[in-house]
Amino acid sequence: MTTLTHPPRTASPPARPRKAAGGGKWRRRIPLLPALVFTIVVTQLPFVATLVISTLEWNILKPGNRHFVGLDNFAFVFTDERLRTAVLNTIVLTASVVLISVVLGLGLALLLDRRFVGRGLARTLLIAPFLVMPVAAALLWKHAIYNPDYGLLNGTLNAVYRFFGADNGPTVDWISSYPMPAVVVSLVWQWTPFMMLILLAGLQAQPGDVLEAARVDGASAMATFRHITLPHLRQYIELGVLLGTIYVVQTFDAVYTITQGGPGSRTTNLPYEIYLTMFRKFEYGQAAAAGVVVVLGSIVIATFALRTIASLFREEVSR
Amino acid sequence: MTAHAPAAVPGARLKKLVRRNERGNNTRNNTHDGAQRLSPLWTFVAWLATLAFFAPVAWMVLTSFHQEADAATNPPSLFASPTFDQYRLLFSRDITPFLLNSAMAGIISTLLVLALAVPTAYALSIKPVEKWTDVMFFFLSTKFLPAIAALLPVYLIVKDAGMLDNVWTLVILYTAMNLPIAVWMMRSFLAEVPKEILEAAEVDGAGLPTVLLRIVAPVAMPGLAATSLICFIFSWNEFMFAVNLTATNASTAPVFLVGFITSEGLFLARLCAAATLVSLPVLIAGFAAQDKLVRGLSLGAVK
Repeated sequence: MTTLTHPPRTASPPARPRKAAGGGKWRRRIPLLPALVFTIVVTQLPFVATLVISTLEWNILKPGNRHFVGLDNFAFVFTDERLRTAVLNTIVLTASVVLISVVLGLGLALLLDRRFVGRGLARTLLIAPFLVMPVAAALLWKHAIYNPDYGLLNGTLNAVYRFFGADNGPTVDWISSYPMPAVVVSLVWQWTPFMMLILLAGLQAQPGDVLEAARVDGASAMATFRHITLPHLRQYIELGVLLGTIYVVQTFDAVYTITQGGPGSRTTNLPYEIYLTMFRKFEYGQAAAAGVVVVLGSIVIATFALRTIASLFREEVSR
Repeated sequence: MTAHAPAAVPGARLKKLVRRNERGNNTRNNTHDGAQRLSPLWTFVAWLATLAFFAPVAWMVLTSFHQEADAATNPPSLFASPTFDQYRLLFSRDITPFLLNSAMAGIISTLLVLALAVPTAYALSIKPVEKWTDVMFFFLSTKFLPAIAALLPVYLIVKDAGMLDNVWTLVILYTAMNLPIAVWMMRSFLAEVPKEILEAAEVDGAGLPTVLLRIVAPVAMPGLAATSLICFIFSWNEFMFAVNLTATNASTAPVFLVGFITSEGLFLARLCAAATLVSLPVLIAGFAAQDKLVRGLSLGAVK
């Protein structure tokens, strides 16, 4: 995984500080065995089961008809209209949530990196959306904010219209009219603080002397940002994007609560589609095959994520 | 990488350590105290953005103290007389078992995570095994597997074992879910235990208990607290497994939330009260662990 070249084992003993010989090696390993075994049993075995199930025709509504079908479920997954929509929705949802939250988070981080009255309080208040339970946040947006009759959005519109002498504002049914943006906005609201925290940490890790030098040399704020801050922030932005992607791809709560994947299947993402296949259509084989595809997709993202984390990690370790 | 590079003599190491600390302090001084002030205009923008983000939370809390009739007005009534009725109603409508289930799943899984992660982190930092980075990345990679893909086999196994609707099922799943985060966080905290002092203690013949209590524990304690808070937050908020694997006995707070919406009539104030109530522990934990939050969320990659 790392690119370092391991020193040939036979040549190493004199250089090694540790006197670990055969027995000592195992003594060192003992503390990590319970966690390793637990993780393998609970997280890896289910995926083996998923792989096996994905090759079966298995619908619990048709008992006694469970048999091996090879790659048929995968053929179904790649040709099914609903699943293709779900893949597309997942990409749209994830990309918009992650990109918008990174941009907003960067803006907020840049502001909070400077001193101003009540900076500490502002930071605390800004974290709050991320700490609200996701299901609670989804319900809050659905009922207290988007509701056409008494939601905050239409209520505020009304108040503004009345303030300017008009009768009433328009009654917009936000969720039916704009289902995907409705879900995206609620998720952006939750994820922006996450991005802000990571980017703020990045900004505060900037070498102060370089910024000082730029200031002394009379570099404009814009030039300083473009040529010093942004390159420095790059790996933090990457980290935010990748971690955000990994979490947001898995979004289930918001879709389940706000739109139930609707109207039609306009907001059905992959996790929700798999859930429907499993618990509404009871097509276990198809659900498992879709699960395998999702895992493969995640591995692609995870490879990049792991590389970014590894580079940050290597920096930390070698310090 | 240092992990594999031959170690320098202790004296040189100590110098490096001191230099590192000095550098750390310098950076901090330059960026933080030397940070420029925002102009009044930008201060205004910063606060406007902050309040815009906080508004839904404020609205949630405010509405939770209103009567249903006041909560459903249009335009919204900000200044209706406050009441605790909604909270009283929640407890009379039995939110307590759900909260207890959430607390149990959260606390027990967090304790389990720590019991597994602390020794692991020890074997990855203080007395590192060979190829310890590979082990780290194995743990991390499990975090990147989407939970939804595990739902079906987990559901089938749990059903066969007769463990559906059982809090312990959630405890086990949440332990697995949080273990990689805890391993990474605890390793990054334990790595801060000064090697020189550890070596000195060993030379002086201090036993393992002494080393753990006197040298490791004081450094690791804040990390332990932050790690438990993060793990608790993730367990407390988890929804997908909870809603699909529990029915009546073991349901947690988020399942309660989606469950009581079906009732007819006005429910906005009560919903806000419930949302506030279930979010409160995490809000408190999150604010308390503010400065450690980013380290946990980035799996210890960012400090």
